[in-house]
Amino acid sequence: MKRLFGEFLKGIIRENPTFVLLLGLCPTLAVSVTVINGIGMGIAATFVLLGSNIIIAMIKNTIPERVRIPCYIVVIATFVTITELLMKAYSPALNRALGIYVPLIVVNCIVLGRAEAYASKNSVKNSFLDGLGMGVGFTLALILISGIREFLGAGKLMGQTIVKGFEPAFVLGMPSGALLVIGLLLGFFNVLKNRKT
Amino acid sequence: MTLAHFLTIFISAVFVYNVILSRFLGLCSFIAISKQTKPALAMSLAVMFVTTMSSIITWLIYRFLLVPFNLEYLRTISFILVIATFVQFVEMVIRKISPPMYRFFGIYLPLITVNCAVLGVAVLNIDMFFINGKAVQGSFYYSAFQGICVGLGYTLAMLLMSGIRERLELCNVPKAVKDFPLGFVIAAIMSLSFLGFNGFKF
Repeated sequence: MKRLFGEFLKGIIRENPTFVLLLGLCPTLAVSVTVINGIGMGIAATFVLLGSNIIIAMIKNTIPERVRIPCYIVVIATFVTITELLMKAYSPALNRALGIYVPLIVVNCIVLGRAEAYASKNSVKNSFLDGLGMGVGFTLALILISGIREFLGAGKLMGQTIVKGFEPAFVLGMPSGALLVIGLLLGFFNVLKNRKT
Repeated sequence: MTLAHFLTIFISAVFVYNVILSRFLGLCSFIAISKQTKPALAMSLAVMFVTTMSSIITWLIYRFLLVPFNLEYLRTISFILVIATFVQFVEMVIRKISPPMYRFFGIYLPLITVNCAVLGVAVLNIDMFFINGKAVQGSFYYSAFQGICVGLGYTLAMLLMSGIRERLELCNVPKAVKDFPLGFVIAAIMSLSFLGFNGFKF
C-alpha cells in the first residue's frame, strides 16, 4: 500500500513534471494568466494523462515495438479529442480562454513522456496512480504559477480582488511575465535543493 | 488576397505573436537546444521546413477530407498523425539522399514531431483561415505563408537566444540559476522587448 502511495506521490514533488522534469512548459506558460484557466488546463491534462496511461498499460503487450510511438499518439489524441468536445459542450468559456492549447495537449511532452517511460512498462494500477500523481503535480504547478501571475499582474485571485488599492504589475499578465515567473521559481527551487544537500 | 494581407501575416507571426516568445510553442526545444548557435540553426531550419510543409498538408487534409465528410472533430488526431508520418518520411529521405545533411539535422528531426509549434501552426491556420467550416478566399496561400513565417519567427528567437547563451558561458553566474532558470529569465527579457512590436497590431 505504501509503495502504491509512493507511485502517486512522486509526481507531486520529487518528479514534478513542471519544475523537476521541465516537461509540458508550453501550456503551463501560455494559460497561466488566471488561476481558473490554470486549474482548467490542469484538469484537462490530468484526464488525458490518466486515460492514456491506463489504455497504454492495457495494450502494451499487443503493440509492436517499432510502431509504438504512433500508437501512443493515437491513444493520446483520442483522449484529447474527448476532452476538447466535452469542454466545448460544458464550459465554452474555458474552451475559448484556453484556445489552441486544448488540442495542443497532444504534444504536451508529459503525456507522451509518461506513456513511453512508465505506462509501457508497468501494470495498469501503477500506471493509473502514476498518471494521477503526475496530473496533480502538473495542476499544482499551474496553480502556483497562475496564482503568482494573477495576484501580482491583476491584483486578484480566482477573479476576486484580494488587496484593495494594490497597483498591479501589468507585465506579469503578459507572456514575458510567465517566463520571468518560471525562471525565478526554478532558481528558487534550485536554491532550496542546494541547501538540502 | 492582397499584399497587405501577407504583410500582416508576416509581421504578426514573426514579431507580434512570435511562436516562442509570445505563444510559447516549441519552448522545450528552445530552452534545450539553444546553447550553441550551430545546432540552434539546424533545429530552426528543420522546424521551418516542417512547419511550412505541414501547414500545406494539413490544410489540404482539412479542406478536402475532413470538411466534406463532416469529420472536423478528428482534426487533432489526423493532424498529429500526418505530422508524425511526414517527419519520419523526411528523415528517411534525408538519410538516403544526403548523409552530411542527415548528420546536420539527424537528431533534431524526430524531436520535431512533439514540437508544439508544428501542430500549433496547423491548428492556428484552421482557426484563422476557416470561417464556419468554409475556407476564406486565398486561405491556402495564407496558411502556407503563415507556416513559413512561424518558422522564421522560431529561427529569429532561436538565433538571438543562442547568441546570448554562448556569451553567458563565459560569465560567472550563481549556481542556482545556471542553465535553465537563467535561460527563462533571458527569454522573459527578450519577450518584453518583442512587446514593442505590439504597436503593429492590425
